[in-house]
Amino acid sequence: MKSKSHPLLGIHSLLVMIFIYVPIAIIIVYSFNSSRLAADWSGFTFEWYTSLFSNRHVMEALSNTLTVGVVSTLVSTLLGTMAALSMRKVSRRMKAGMGGLLYLPIIIPDIIMGLSLLVLFTQFHIPLGKLTIIIAHITFCISYVFVIITTRLSGMGGQLEEAAQDLGANGWQIFRHVTLPQIMPGIISGALIAFTMSLDDFMVSFFVSGPNSTTLPIYIYGQVKRGISPEINALCTILILVSITLIFLAQFVLNRGKGQKKQSVLPF
Amino acid sequence: MIELSGVEKHFQGQVVVHPLSLTIKEGEFLTLLGPSGCGKTTILRMIAGFEQPTKGKILLDGADLTSLPPNRRDLNLVFQHYALFPHMTVEDNIAFGLKMKKLPAKEQQARVEEAVAMTQLTPLVKRYPHQLSGGQQQRVAIARAIANKPKVLLLDEPLGALDLQLRKNLQSELKHLQRSLGITFVYVTHDQEEAMMLSDRIVIMNGGKVEQIGTPREIYAKPTTLFSATFVGENNIFSQDGRLFAVRPEKLVAVRGTEGAKRTGEVLDVLYLGSIHKLIVQLDDEPMTVSIAFDFTDDRPWNVGEKVGVAWNSEDEVVIGS
Repeated sequence: MKSKSHPLLGIHSLLVMIFIYVPIAIIIVYSFNSSRLAADWSGFTFEWYTSLFSNRHVMEALSNTLTVGVVSTLVSTLLGTMAALSMRKVSRRMKAGMGGLLYLPIIIPDIIMGLSLLVLFTQFHIPLGKLTIIIAHITFCISYVFVIITTRLSGMGGQLEEAAQDLGANGWQIFRHVTLPQIMPGIISGALIAFTMSLDDFMVSFFVSGPNSTTLPIYIYGQVKRGISPEINALCTILILVSITLIFLAQFVLNRGKGQKKQSVLPF
Repeated sequence: MIELSGVEKHFQGQVVVHPLSLTIKEGEFLTLLGPSGCGKTTILRMIAGFEQPTKGKILLDGADLTSLPPNRRDLNLVFQHYALFPHMTVEDNIAFGLKMKKLPAKEQQARVEEAVAMTQLTPLVKRYPHQLSGGQQQRVAIARAIANKPKVLLLDEPLGALDLQLRKNLQSELKHLQRSLGITFVYVTHDQEEAMMLSDRIVIMNGGKVEQIGTPREIYAKPTTLFSATFVGENNIFSQDGRLFAVRPEKLVAVRGTEGAKRTGEVLDVLYLGSIHKLIVQLDDEPMTVSIAFDFTDDRPWNVGEKVGVAWNSEDEVVIGS
């Protein structure tokens, strides 16, 4: 069934696309502008990209971001996977309740997440720094990992594991040879999403960061207060590209194999 | 070989399988036949170990396996939707059970080759399940099970997902396989024709209860309950003097006039089915139709609306218990 669409629909879609992507496109374009002033275009250059890598503050923020990203990704992937697996063993009511609670951090406004974590850390006298950012990122990354792996698991059903058990596999062998390979695309994709979330997070990090734990988004925010420099445009461009690549990669891994239809299970 | 003694199963207070005692003989092809929800699959899953009987015991070769987990039972289940491991090749699927049992590599290879040859999968061993047709996947599922050389093979509607022609081919293949392997098969199906064709004995089930156990011939010729009389093959049920009896369509004779007729009626429909043809007759005195089958030797023409007498020999009446 293919109905002829209204002519205005195309124009409408175009306007929406412009609305969403023009600001991003401007940042990318101006990151190659040789003029220091954002307003006028005076030629193409890679200068800002090279100067980024010689900027000590940027490099430090990058290192912080990567440390936080890698550690919180590893921990949240492990915990999220374990949560998704254990959720299959509990009763239906328990599952609904626990699933809801694990899903909640995705919905809760970032500002409240950040604020509540800040209150928690100060209550327990945990000094703000990389550790607190890592803990904060783990809390919301678990949700993404959990959602993706739960979907993968429910797609797998229980019969493969029963078949494995019937063929003589014990609990560990079932997990090692059947369950784990089956959910591996989910785990990898969950980890990539978690890493992206950690990389991009500003709001939560802003609340719980301390001295010497500036991440890239926080650095960008600090710089922008003094006016937008082409260097910031360059940094933003890199962040955009890395994020998009990671999300595409996650989606690709999740859809690979089994020949399932391409369908996003990501909650956004 | 397998003995079920007083096995019953309740789910949330509901009886799914009523107390059942059954002995399955060595090398036998036994079929659990019944409509969906009759408890046949539950029985199979209890034998395999995926369900625990609420009461009763299951013995294999005299040893009680009621409390053993599925991986420690010397029998294998062929799942309805095959449950092949999608991330493994055909070969690896078939070798899976042998790997889990840590058989020596040589033995593994020999057994895989044997199973592959028996199921005619040799050119497909390097493929993945999603690259196979339904019938081929089905064969892999069987090969994966028989590679373990189980004492008993359990099959849960293994042909249920296939189209008719393929079903027919695979039915005879299955029968051959069972004969050449000599393994006991316990087969679950809702298809009575399939059950008749394959089985040494059939257990007819309805609503969690066994209706009748017998050879296909016994079941067809001497059904003991109303359910088995009507579930397997077509049947005409008459009631007379408070008793019920069944007469198969091919045992009924259509006569012109009322001479020798035990019932009279009117032809409602004439069905030509190739090797046989059938009359559907509306009886005069009872609100029921009977079906009369003719073979090719009887080609008298009948017209819809014609009066017809229905006759049969008294010895072809099969009395049915309530």
